[in-house]
Amino acid sequence: MTAAPLLVLQSVSKVFRVGNREIVAVDNVSLDVMKGECLAIVGESGSGKSTVANIVLGIYASSGGAIFLHGEELPQRRASTHRRAIQLVQQNPLSSLNPKRTVGASLRLPLDVHGIGEKADRWKRVSALLEEVHLPADYRSRSPAALSGGQRQRVAIARALACESELVVLDEPTSALDVLVQARILKLLKELQRRRGLTYIFITHDLSVVRNIADRVAVFEKGRMVELGTVESIFTNPSHPYTRSLIAAVPVVTDEEQALKDRLARPTEEEFERI
Amino acid sequence: MTEPTLLIRDLHLSFKGYSGLVEVLHGISMHINRGERVALVGESGSGKSVTARIVLGLLQMTRAARIGGLVAFEGQDIAQLSRRQHHRLRGTRMSMIFQDPTSSLNPVYRISEQFHEVLKRTVPDIEREEGDRRAAGLLSDCSIADPERVLASYPFQLSGGLNQRVMIAMALANEPSLLIADEPGTALDVTVQAQTLKLMRALVARHNTAVLFISHNLGVVREFADRVYVIYKGRIVEHGRTADLFDDPRHAYTRALMDAIPRLTGGGIPEIVDHSDSYLAPLIVHEGCAEPGGAR
Repeated sequence: MTAAPLLVLQSVSKVFRVGNREIVAVDNVSLDVMKGECLAIVGESGSGKSTVANIVLGIYASSGGAIFLHGEELPQRRASTHRRAIQLVQQNPLSSLNPKRTVGASLRLPLDVHGIGEKADRWKRVSALLEEVHLPADYRSRSPAALSGGQRQRVAIARALACESELVVLDEPTSALDVLVQARILKLLKELQRRRGLTYIFITHDLSVVRNIADRVAVFEKGRMVELGTVESIFTNPSHPYTRSLIAAVPVVTDEEQALKDRLARPTEEEFERI
Repeated sequence: MTEPTLLIRDLHLSFKGYSGLVEVLHGISMHINRGERVALVGESGSGKSVTARIVLGLLQMTRAARIGGLVAFEGQDIAQLSRRQHHRLRGTRMSMIFQDPTSSLNPVYRISEQFHEVLKRTVPDIEREEGDRRAAGLLSDCSIADPERVLASYPFQLSGGLNQRVMIAMALANEPSLLIADEPGTALDVTVQAQTLKLMRALVARHNTAVLFISHNLGVVREFADRVYVIYKGRIVEHGRTADLFDDPRHAYTRALMDAIPRLTGGGIPEIVDHSDSYLAPLIVHEGCAEPGGAR
């Protein structure tokens, strides 16, 4: 990890207007994403974690603040180069892949849109992308319906790689999968990150996944970032009570994990003083 | 010894397809005693949800399904029941909670109307006001603070966690002796999921309801179940009390399932073998967990 931040969020806010009510979905969030790191954003639904992702991607315009990529401010209306620079993998590959397009057509589309590579070479690139996510090249002609959930998610990941961007936003990429498939997809994400030097923003509510894939963790509660730290510090010594309650909610399989949960569930000394 | 609430013996299931019969369940046996919480754990496609659908009598309506073996509910062989008799059991003596609460409630009716339907299963002439009063009581048992507002709402106006609690309240409204929970809470946040499991545990203990708990996540199972059956490709591979199984997983497949869960204490992403012949090794039964009548 180098010292230069790849992406900088400066006092970013998002307010939604519903009728005559205002809902503050993201409240003054400042955050640096370092090149080559995996930054996890965790929180319950409604905490604003996906809204932050959508602002980073340019799907939502922010209500305030600024976002910088490589030191250059991103405009509210993104140009094609900006869209190419940040890619997304969503939770449910069945709804994020067009059911009427073959896998190959879905992977080729970003290449055509952004004019990546020579036209004649693009099918070769599609095959190479499939190989990178460990799918056979002849899956090119299949439709998403003919794939399993894990295979579909691999296609969605390959599509995010097609643009050769440095930054990938992963929005709950494994929550719809069962545990064995989840383990394989996480392994693949780690491998791709190492090989391509990718930077990940990993959005999830599953703290046990975060523990094993992230370098740093940002904890969101009701639109605010309540804690930011390295994975070690968050899991050994979380300072915010909300972080502790998130960790304590994870279902675990070993006694060591249970012991960790029990330790974190107890109030800290200073909280004890206040009581 | 009293009759188990649910007894499954040598259950076979195959589907008739274009290319002949495809066998999905290769003879599974399991039982659930009164008030006991039993988990059936396996990955997607292992046959856990079809087992639940057979118990409910829903799969019997599918023409392509060929079902063999015995399923007895409270001592009664369900194959002997007529469709109407089976229908009468559903929602009264046995009920079900599904994975995604928001899509299993009808979006065009208010909760109050849907709850009334459920209550009419046992008291056909129950008045709407009386139904609302009972429903409000049942909802507040599910730690819903303002049951009146919830009853007046449509499912899409409520959060996933609230809908899940409404589903639980409905499923337990008619005091069933068996509750089938198919991946409850996997569509929810971890915090909400933890609360839901805690609530379900307390309620089934109070009503002495037996639960068939279906999941792919051993972590969730550990927090909820008394006994665990692990299923792989239509075969039960390991069976034991929850504590024994987690202390000493003996089957290669159970160990793989357990390893697949990332640990809160770290250790990286586990290495998982897709398939190994050892996963197909015969059933391992932990001490004191034999099937009634010595079936395997």
